[in-house]
Amino acid sequence: MNVRKLILVGLLCFGLIASANTISAQRNMMQIKGSDTLVNLVQILAESYMAKNPRSPMAVLGGGSGTGIAALINGTCDIANHSRAMKEKEIQMAKDNGVTPHTFVIAVDGLSVIVNEGNPVSQLTMDQIGAMFRGEIKNWKEVGGPDKAISLYGRQSNSGTYVFFQEHVLGNQNYSADMKRMNGNAQIVEGVTVDKVGIGYVGVAYVADDQGNVKKGIKILKVSKDASSAAYSPLNKAAVDSGDYPIARGLFQSTAGTPKGAVLDFLKFELSPEGQDIVEKEGFFPIGSGQMAENEKKLK
Amino acid sequence: MIKTKRTSFIRIKESAIRAFFFTNGILAVFILLGIFVFLLYTAIPAFREIDIKEFFTSKNWNPSSPVKEEYGILSMIVSTFLVTMGALVIAVPIGIGVASYLSDVAHWKVREILKPIIEILAGIPSVVIGFLGIVLFGPAIAKITGQSHGLNALNGSILLAVMALPTIISISEDSLAAVPRSYREASLALGASRWQTLIRVKIPAALSGIIAAVMLGMGRAIGETMTVLMATGNAPAFPSGFLSSIRTMTATIAIELGEVPYYTTHYYALFAIGLVLFIITFFVNLISDLVLHKFQEREL
Amino acid sequence: MKKKKIVELLGFLSLRICLYLVLAVLLLFLYDIGSKGAGTLSWEFLSQAPKRGMTEGGIFPAIIGTLLVTIVTAILAVPLGMFAAIYLNEYAKQTRLTRIIRLSIRNLSGVPSIVYGLFGVILFVNILKFGTSILSAGLTLGLLTLPWTITASEEALKTIPNSYREGALALGATKWQAIRTNVLPYAMPGMLTGTVLGLARAAGETAPIMFTGAAFYLPYLPQSLRDQFMALPYHLYVMATQHHSIAQVRPIAYGTALVLLLLILLMTMSVALIRYRMRRVKRE
Repeated sequence: MNVRKLILVGLLCFGLIASANTISAQRNMMQIKGSDTLVNLVQILAESYMAKNPRSPMAVLGGGSGTGIAALINGTCDIANHSRAMKEKEIQMAKDNGVTPHTFVIAVDGLSVIVNEGNPVSQLTMDQIGAMFRGEIKNWKEVGGPDKAISLYGRQSNSGTYVFFQEHVLGNQNYSADMKRMNGNAQIVEGVTVDKVGIGYVGVAYVADDQGNVKKGIKILKVSKDASSAAYSPLNKAAVDSGDYPIARGLFQSTAGTPKGAVLDFLKFELSPEGQDIVEKEGFFPIGSGQMAENEKKLK
Repeated sequence: MIKTKRTSFIRIKESAIRAFFFTNGILAVFILLGIFVFLLYTAIPAFREIDIKEFFTSKNWNPSSPVKEEYGILSMIVSTFLVTMGALVIAVPIGIGVASYLSDVAHWKVREILKPIIEILAGIPSVVIGFLGIVLFGPAIAKITGQSHGLNALNGSILLAVMALPTIISISEDSLAAVPRSYREASLALGASRWQTLIRVKIPAALSGIIAAVMLGMGRAIGETMTVLMATGNAPAFPSGFLSSIRTMTATIAIELGEVPYYTTHYYALFAIGLVLFIITFFVNLISDLVLHKFQEREL
Repeated sequence: MKKKKIVELLGFLSLRICLYLVLAVLLLFLYDIGSKGAGTLSWEFLSQAPKRGMTEGGIFPAIIGTLLVTIVTAILAVPLGMFAAIYLNEYAKQTRLTRIIRLSIRNLSGVPSIVYGLFGVILFVNILKFGTSILSAGLTLGLLTLPWTITASEEALKTIPNSYREGALALGATKWQAIRTNVLPYAMPGMLTGTVLGLARAAGETAPIMFTGAAFYLPYLPQSLRDQFMALPYHLYVMATQHHSIAQVRPIAYGTALVLLLLILLMTMSVALIRYRMRRVKRE
């Protein structure tokens, strides 16, 4: 009886695998890996692109900017999504491996600092935020809030957002060891929604939509460059473009060498008005003309 | 006519078959050795750049720091043991209690039903338990302890206790059941109550088996990955108590292995952590096995 | 005298409380997953691929992936486990070497799953160059399951009385003939059911497959053993922690957890059922 069962199971699985052949098309699928900030956006872009080009299947995976860049260096992906610039070390490692990375800006992000909506604090300076995340300021009362310990939420070291925040807000110093390293933007949002004394940093698309509606349960802080400057919200497109909002950043994609074939085609789609429209709809900002010119140069 | 002399062909065939089975038997030893050797081989290059003393005594694990790369695993080791001890504090009394119930109080029909039910608990995958830690236990712990969130060592300990319980129950129950009836009957004949018999006679008699059970449960808790990864908050700080967010050795490996470029010091260092983990669980299992062996020897 | 009685009553009551605690926790788990996951379960959920950035659709590729990788696991762990058990129970003598083998097996069952994952990355992904694939992940899981299958098969072999073997030998059979005709056929059902339990555990493991082949999202089903795959436990992990809209996909996470639990329960219960029927047959 058991041998018969085994044969049945074997036939079933063979049937499943055989039927898989009719569902899937090609084996050589474009692999896009990396930034969690970008994964949602790129997946939607990919779906739109695949709807028009059914012969170009692509897999969009997350894992963090560091993972994507590592995959590009290791040769296990075609496009790396990353929300921070590649480090010198990484570019060198890539070249050592025979890979020359070409980087393109495909969207702009106003990196948002969020707190629980019950928190009375509404704005902070860059210095204050840096000190909080370095662990130097440990109590909300030091920045105008209640007398309670600060609960920090951040990303993990593979995240481009983690590195970008570290470079631009922490002055390239170490994060507090008490910061909880969450797995992605969404987990930070979830944490801060529940945690009345929590603070975290996420890509703007994760907390607001293109209409400017903020997610329930959290509050987006206004950030000022220093104590004497005005504080701006990341939802303010003009402030993000002009740099008045101090933590705006480009969102990148890198390829191994000059992009060709389907990869080039997909990149062109992302940079087209239709693609940039999707970028806006998903809550990010489209790239400016200066950045577009840079991209054009590299596409040649 | 009875064949009394085996042809040499048959003898060779029998030897070959025996050798075949022997190879399979000894496979386990080779696999164990193989794991150790490969881990060692991949971990050693890490120590070209990392000072061994610093590796074991420094509290700071910060391989991607822009300030100074640090590879200290002390905080992780302490976190692992904190959450394991917490789990044992919960699981050992309850586990021995349930085992005692099954062996001394329950009717054999009830036992036959309860044992498979407890096995179901053992069969729940660690990722599901970790998931429940996030959605079920986290909010509950936050409310009960008055903390702002529930992702901490306490959450991890409770979940690990749940995972270690079936092991502790099952092996303790076997040990209690193996205590000779004569012990029980003698004790009762001397006027002791059933409870006194249990506490003063049976449990001490089964002690080695129970210790072995506890150690196996401990090994399970030390090596658990997904549960702690999801429920303990992942803050690499040196733990300051059960309510602090911590990160264990297993969680560190799981989080960082995906992002690290191959064959860098960071990569090798993660395997070094794996090696340390392997050695710790090896010794825990070895001691448990020796204790159990002594127990079995005594019973014979 | 009364004090003894009171102590005894309290004592046994505390034991009962321990039991109720454990049962309560189990029930709580099953109820939570069951009630919150049942709403998501449907034929579409089980047969469709994820859609719209995995916020809609089903988990079909994860189910297939888990089944495929479990088959590879079985191909490695079941025969090797049985052969090793045959050696241990039928051929091995009580020597030091045998003790070392048994020690190794017990130790292997205690090695953390992430360490198996690391070993899988070194051996299967890198050295043997299988890359991240069903093959690498399946072999890694196979190693993890091997101690279980060895132990379960040995238990089954132990239940065969020695008289079976001796009878055959007395009639002139060689050792292997005796095993083949008088032991294996009777032990086989027990061996197979025991190994199925080990496979049920393997199906729920996440850490060994995270770096050896499981993928976040693939638009198409794997076509060969060298392809990456989606898997139920990894999918649950991703839905619960890495997805970009965790709150929105929470119902899908619950649904995945429920499907995984049901799959494991199905395997475990069919084993229990087969064993029950075997025992009844034996009695007759």
